[in-house]
Amino acid sequence: MNAQTVLASSGDEFKAPGPELFEFPPLFAGGPEWLTKPVVFAVFGSLVVVVFFWSAFANPKLVPRGVQNLGEVGYMFVRDQIGRPFLGKNTDQWMPLLMSVFFLIWIWNIFAVVPIIQFPIASHIAFPAVLAASVYFIKIYLGIKHQGPVKYFTNMIPSGLPLPVYFLLVPIEYLSTFILAPFTHAVRLFANMFAGHTILAFFSLVGFWFLFEKPTVAGFSVGIIGVLVTIVMTAFELLIQFLQAFLFTMLAAMYIQSGLHAEH
Amino acid sequence: MIQAASVLAAEENNPLIPHTFELVVGIFSFAVVMIFLGKVLTPRIQKTLAERTEAIEGGLERAEQAQQEAQQVLDEYKAQQKAAALEASNERRKAEEQGAQIIAQAKEQAQVEARRIVENAKAQIEAERQQALQSLRAEIGALSVELAGRVVGESLEDSARQSRVVDRFLEELEERARTQEQITS
Repeated sequence: MNAQTVLASSGDEFKAPGPELFEFPPLFAGGPEWLTKPVVFAVFGSLVVVVFFWSAFANPKLVPRGVQNLGEVGYMFVRDQIGRPFLGKNTDQWMPLLMSVFFLIWIWNIFAVVPIIQFPIASHIAFPAVLAASVYFIKIYLGIKHQGPVKYFTNMIPSGLPLPVYFLLVPIEYLSTFILAPFTHAVRLFANMFAGHTILAFFSLVGFWFLFEKPTVAGFSVGIIGVLVTIVMTAFELLIQFLQAFLFTMLAAMYIQSGLHAEH
Repeated sequence: MIQAASVLAAEENNPLIPHTFELVVGIFSFAVVMIFLGKVLTPRIQKTLAERTEAIEGGLERAEQAQQEAQQVLDEYKAQQKAAALEASNERRKAEEQGAQIIAQAKEQAQVEARRIVENAKAQIEAERQQALQSLRAEIGALSVELAGRVVGESLEDSARQSRVVDRFLEELEERARTQEQITS
């Protein structure tokens, strides 16, 4: 938010939406500060995931019917596309975590284009941070448990290199594994959702502003373009939402595997 | 003034700084999903999928087994049929052999019988011939003696002499006949 947009907001001119898109007051006046829209829909998202999979897998049949078919497609996707390529024979053991992470993130992301909700929960850094931190602690716990408290930290350094290289390599390796990896893990999801939501809000506001708020002959074509781009970007966002959920879960599987077995 | 306030507000709502309450809600939401989807539902579907795999593999195995059994039955049936055909042909050959044997036996018996009849007839003829020869010899003797007596005029009543002369004569006759037979044969 810069001075120009602040000035513009008071006038009749079009003002692009900024970070205020992500600021929510309490749901009702005088309500607790924490009871905001993202909080409500974060919990709602987890309930949607639980209800859907409850109706699919509560009483699974050998010959699947109805919702179970759909649930199995989801399970197979996570198992075959995310679990097995990284975790191999350990996949089944980690499927509960991968399923939970993937479908919770995906439904949170989908909320960005669901009417009325229209907000990607993961565009608030706290939510991806919780998931990334969980994966991070699991990774370190597994590393220490399966490779040993010392070997876990030495295994990730390749051996047989000239001594000076290690002065560079060791800090980079530790920095990347223990600080940058969890940070980028969370921020990648957060930033994608944040940007996507901003883009959608911008183009839909363009359409709304030039066609309804301040309709002018000159602005009409701009408004039409705004609506069309919003439609295209919504489709694109649907892909991004899925892709980011997929990527986040894939990285989670990769980190878990790096804890279970040394990479080098 | 307004600008400063808004900058302050923006700093307060830095999108990279998480709200504490949202962290709590995030943990809660994730925990709910982990407990229900992770701990309860995923193991259920995993169990069902494993059972399904087993059922399909078991079904395939059973089908294979059934096919093997069918093949075995077919083989047995074929073997039985072959054995039956072999037995039938054996029986037929045996019957043919038996028939031939019976015919041969009958032939042989008939031949034996025929030979026996012929031999009997021969023997009878021989005996009759001997008998005839005997009586003929006596008759011829008496006739020839009588004839000779008449011819030489000398009584040759004395029987001893008579018979000696006749016997000698007959023996000569027989001798002659035998030599003649030898020559002809």
